[in-house]
Amino acid sequence: MYAYDEIDRTLVNERVSEFRDQVKRRLSGELTEDEFKILRLQNGVYLQLHAYMFRVAIPYGTLASNQLRALAHVARKYDRGYGHFTTRQNIQFNWIKLAELPDALADLAEVGIHAMQTSGNNMRNVTSDQWAGVAPGEIEDPRIWSELIRQHTTLHPEFSFLPRKFKIAITASDHDRAAIKIHDIGLRLIKNEKGETGFEVLVGGGLGRTPFIAKTIKHFVHGRDILSYIEAILRVYNQYGRRDNIYKARIKILVHELGIEKFSREVEEEWQHIRNSSLQIDDEVIEDIRSRFTYPAYEKLPHNPDELRQAAADPDFEAWRKNSVAPHKNPGYSIVTISLKPIGAPPGDATAEQMDALADLADKYSFGEIRVGHEQNLALPHVAKRDLPGLWKALDKLGLATPNVNLITDIIACPGLDYCSLANARSIPIAQELTRRFANHELANLIGRLHINISGCINACGHHHVGHIGILGVEKNGEEVYQITIGGRADESAALGNLIGPGVKFDEVADVVEDIVEAYLALRERPEELFMDTVKRLGVEPFKERVYATR
Amino acid sequence: MTSPLEQKKIKIAGPSVVTANRTWDGIVVYRTAAKSWSADLSEAAIVRNSDEAKALLAESVADDVGAIGPYIAPVQVGADGKVEPGNLREQIRRTGVTIGQPVQV
Ligand code: HEM
Ligand code: SF4
Repeated sequence: MYAYDEIDRTLVNERVSEFRDQVKRRLSGELTEDEFKILRLQNGVYLQLHAYMFRVAIPYGTLASNQLRALAHVARKYDRGYGHFTTRQNIQFNWIKLAELPDALADLAEVGIHAMQTSGNNMRNVTSDQWAGVAPGEIEDPRIWSELIRQHTTLHPEFSFLPRKFKIAITASDHDRAAIKIHDIGLRLIKNEKGETGFEVLVGGGLGRTPFIAKTIKHFVHGRDILSYIEAILRVYNQYGRRDNIYKARIKILVHELGIEKFSREVEEEWQHIRNSSLQIDDEVIEDIRSRFTYPAYEKLPHNPDELRQAAADPDFEAWRKNSVAPHKNPGYSIVTISLKPIGAPPGDATAEQMDALADLADKYSFGEIRVGHEQNLALPHVAKRDLPGLWKALDKLGLATPNVNLITDIIACPGLDYCSLANARSIPIAQELTRRFANHELANLIGRLHINISGCINACGHHHVGHIGILGVEKNGEEVYQITIGGRADESAALGNLIGPGVKFDEVADVVEDIVEAYLALRERPEELFMDTVKRLGVEPFKERVYATR
Repeated sequence: MTSPLEQKKIKIAGPSVVTANRTWDGIVVYRTAAKSWSADLSEAAIVRNSDEAKALLAESVADDVGAIGPYIAPVQVGADGKVEPGNLREQIRRTGVTIGQPVQV
């Protein structure tokens, strides 16, 4: 866990009273919507189709049980009893009333939660691997660096009025769970030959209207130089970034237009001016942050306890364990992913009751800690292996033990036209139908790892470009039409998917996905060949043939 | 943000209403003939040509304390005078999400 210091607490509280005053002035008419909009966006308040939406930050995806209870409380008291976990380690409430927002913010502030940097053209919530600090083999806890960057950029003038929003993600593992290659800046913690900690820096990733996979701008930047290097990137961006055209304003466009070589030369030059300034990070600063992350007092526990061996006789438990339980850096413990993708339900939603119960389970089994990942699932990061059977039973009672993590029904979907005012088409009902089609666990298991991502418009909040199967909703003559891509991926080998052909209607999407999956099952060379590998080997053609032969 | 009035070429293809979200709680509302807002589409003022639409929108925009983000939306008026939303988006705004919510209200 991370303990906030006095500065943060004061800042968060000041923000609440400031916003209370702004809301009051808005409701009395003293502020117009035009004046107020930027203020509400700075506090995570959007307008959706039916109501205001309130986006709350979960920095680097780490939550304490009392914080999760506070989120449950907000869902219950100010909203309709549930919240939606997003792909950027945020939670959104869909039905909040403007007049009650200051109270909701104040309740969250009591547990150190806020909504700063969740919207607007500033540095957004720095995201990280949801397994940070517990994943075996990681270089070091990436959240230390996320926190450093968060402290440096929060409310920093240079980062508050950027040409466009700006997103950073950090990973410290070989397997990238933070999707760093689709962020404006992606940071991969590594060690150089001398054993010093630093970063491979990637820049210019992003999805939306013009998707790009980030490119490596520098292979090694020493840890102490990371703030100055990021600042150098931001300065070049601030200088050249297209403020005149919202569609061209993201850094990915600038990197693309200048070319990575020229861009990196500009950054290098800028960096030499500021590298040895006050931006150089003292070891004490890092040590201070490191000391604020506390880790549980792990016990020395058996790697394969009796409880686990006995439970293995239950096929339901085994099905869940195989998909949801991952190795921990401490062999007596596991990381447990909690699927928020029950069959037939909207991806990423959790009810207040589930959140409260999960907070209790975290206290009982995971040293009071919960994590939020970009796949719209949650995780308990420190579960003793002997406790896995008990935890599974409890989760199952709450509807939180669907054994589908990383399988075809573990779908990432944006809110789409059911909630979002920018949407062209619905996403959630497509996801729901797909989970029903593939509800059979044996079938889903036979198919293996397969990520479906759905967005309701080109903004790509559901990351459809990088879905193994990507589904994008568009509108054509007043009708919802869906474009389908295959072969994308969001991890360390990130790639953009390729369109398989003309768009299909709402009612046909699930049929088309079934066809694609059947084609894959027939085409794969062996059961271990994953969907994306088959697509890589054979290209789009055979799938296209299968889908359009009968349409 | 450009104000809706600056979108000079307001053209409507059929009967339309002005809709927005109520400022204090965000719910969907429609501009009424009585120069106020109602959550009930059947109380909305119906406009049938571009001049009427422009005038209704201008008056709605002026009531910035009441509701935010007003815009013109198409409706269908049945033979019996019953007003229905003119597209899926407006249908969803009127009747709510097309999916079950995790918690029934
Ligand atoms: C009212 C709701 C929402 C609105 C108005 C909204 C709006 C937008 C817009 C306009 C963009 C494109 C930004 C750009 O390219 O510069 C965007 C990107 C994004 N949104 Fe949302 N969004 C909403 C909800 C969500 C939700 C629920 C999620 C998570 C499930 C999400 C995750 C993202 C992500 C990850 C991106 C970045 C895609 C990229 O790399 O460019 N958004 N959003
Ligand atoms: S992708 Fe489009 S429809 Fe989906 S949440 Fe983002 S802006 Fe809304």
